[in-house]
Amino acid sequence: MSAPILELKELDVFYGPIQALKKVSMHINEGETVSLIGANGAGKSTLLMSIFGQPRAASGQILYRGTDITRKSPHFIASNGIAQSPEGRRVFPDMTVEENLMMGTIPIGDKHASEDMQRMYELFPRLKERRSQRAMTMSGGEQQMLAIARALMSRPKLLLLDEPSLGLAPIVVKQIFATLRELAQSGMTIFLVEQNANHALKLSDRAYVMVNGEIRMTGTGQELLVNEDVRNAYLGGH
Amino acid sequence: MSAANSASSGFDIKRSLIETIVAGLLALIVFGPVVGVVLDGYTFNAEPARVAWLVGAVMVGRFVLSLFFQSGTGQRMLQGFDSGGSGVHVLAPDYKSRLRYIIPALIVIAIVFPIFANKYLLTVVILGLIYVLLGLGLNIVVGLAGLLDLGYVAFYAIGAYGLALGYQYLGLGFWTVLPLAALAAALAGCILGFPVLRMHGDYLAIVTLGFGEIIRLVLNNWLSFTGGPNGMPAPSPTFFGLEFGRRAKDGGVPFHEFFGLDYNPNVKFLFIYIVLFLVVLAVLYIKHRLTRMPVGRAWEALREDEIACRSMGLNHVLVKLSAFTLGASTAGLAGVFFATYQGFVNPSSFTFFESALILAIVVLGGMGSTVGVVIAAFVLTVAPELLRSFSEYRVLLFGVLMVLMMIWRPRGLIRISRTGVVPRKGVAP
Repeated sequence: MSAPILELKELDVFYGPIQALKKVSMHINEGETVSLIGANGAGKSTLLMSIFGQPRAASGQILYRGTDITRKSPHFIASNGIAQSPEGRRVFPDMTVEENLMMGTIPIGDKHASEDMQRMYELFPRLKERRSQRAMTMSGGEQQMLAIARALMSRPKLLLLDEPSLGLAPIVVKQIFATLRELAQSGMTIFLVEQNANHALKLSDRAYVMVNGEIRMTGTGQELLVNEDVRNAYLGGH
Repeated sequence: MSAANSASSGFDIKRSLIETIVAGLLALIVFGPVVGVVLDGYTFNAEPARVAWLVGAVMVGRFVLSLFFQSGTGQRMLQGFDSGGSGVHVLAPDYKSRLRYIIPALIVIAIVFPIFANKYLLTVVILGLIYVLLGLGLNIVVGLAGLLDLGYVAFYAIGAYGLALGYQYLGLGFWTVLPLAALAAALAGCILGFPVLRMHGDYLAIVTLGFGEIIRLVLNNWLSFTGGPNGMPAPSPTFFGLEFGRRAKDGGVPFHEFFGLDYNPNVKFLFIYIVLFLVVLAVLYIKHRLTRMPVGRAWEALREDEIACRSMGLNHVLVKLSAFTLGASTAGLAGVFFATYQGFVNPSSFTFFESALILAIVVLGGMGSTVGVVIAAFVLTVAPELLRSFSEYRVLLFGVLMVLMMIWRPRGLIRISRTGVVPRKGVAP
């Protein structure tokens, strides 16, 4: 495996007096798909957000391609090749699909905009149909596709996805994961935070299991899929 | 024919009557104590006749309105109100607005207008244009960036006092102060912007409200510097150094003598009007361009979803500060014009009511909509002049207008609309 593109070392994050992450260490290698699974409130989204510097880590280190980004501002991080699709999609409701995609080019400027937009429409044909429709009028699944596409518009080296399956119908979740697989096969490095462990583990090369702000377990996606504890806790025993 | 048809089929007289009676009762409750009981020294007289007239008028009005809305035209009007819908109206990128005919026409009217106008009309229009500036400035902050600013009048005051103080202590004239005041107000906007970066909605509104009051109170109480409630004189503009007064100061030549004209006090206002009009045009153009630039998009994105903005690496500090700064500088410009037009400034021109009025212009015009703000600014400044005889009821009228607007046009007179973006090269269809 190649060198890690992102490495977290003993990360501590607090919300006021409450410690949300406890000495979290993990790494993501270039070209890998890594997922982080865990229950509600385990600290998965906090981990993702703290990579972006919101909230800031109290101690520990975040290394991105060798440089320490622990104290960098979110826009610095975004313009250096990390993009995220935030939890709950957060598309701009009053903007059209095209405008939302244009917003995604902020970190790198719009010189590749038309070319990349074309690529997004190939990846998500539904978005092409809806290109001049306002985002608020679209279905949840379409909005999720838009959120992912928007993140991809900045040509990231590392894509962070926060619960892409949130509140979506099973068939739509399947579609989205199929697209993510396609994306992963094209060489994109993906860090996926999910509650839908089944889908996430099947997609991932490696995975981490988070419980109460700590990494409890780690292994390849396949290993965790067949692990008894994981099956009972997160896969509903089936 | 069609009217007869709808009359025979559609009218529901019973419903109209019920609505009429309800409206009458409401009118009785509202107007009864207010109009019916008149204080007379230490006693009061009941005046049922006045109440009866008012209630009668309301009932007749409601009945007619009710019947009208049941007719074909009325139905269509109601549907028009409803289909206003929500959100930003996104136009096709190649959409050609009707404005391209209206704007040249308006410019022609504006040029021809002073020939027919008397001094009174001219001053009303100047005031209207000043509020257009204020509305446009606040529109950036509230309408586009979505930051509720209730102390906007502070920047207006900074502009106006900038002229008065600059003249008093530094001997600066109108033309020097005009850019300086914009800069000073921008700086103040920046200073206010920093502490409120992390605030939203209500909290932001309270802090900005406090800022507005601080500026007013300082102006009111710093007697030795600002003259306190007595105010300060502000200079008139000059035309390449020529003054508009009957006699120029320091032995200079006044405008009318230089050009061999008869003295006319209106010339000063005409000049202010022309300069103000040009400034408004320039500001309109700048605003128009800004909304199409990345920073304009960023403002709108910030209004729609701040978290999404930050997760995409938008520098929200820059975006918010730029909105505050640009909005404030526009108010600074308006302040200078206000001071020179009045020839005098004092703190009572910069009360909270003024902030509320400017906010009303933005809300009434349609948040973010430039055309709407321009119209609303004129409506809210010119209407009180037309309704001089009702001046006591001005605020009441505002209230009624606001309530009606919120019911029928919740998104403002003119809904914010913008042309969709296309990437530079264009995507294949």
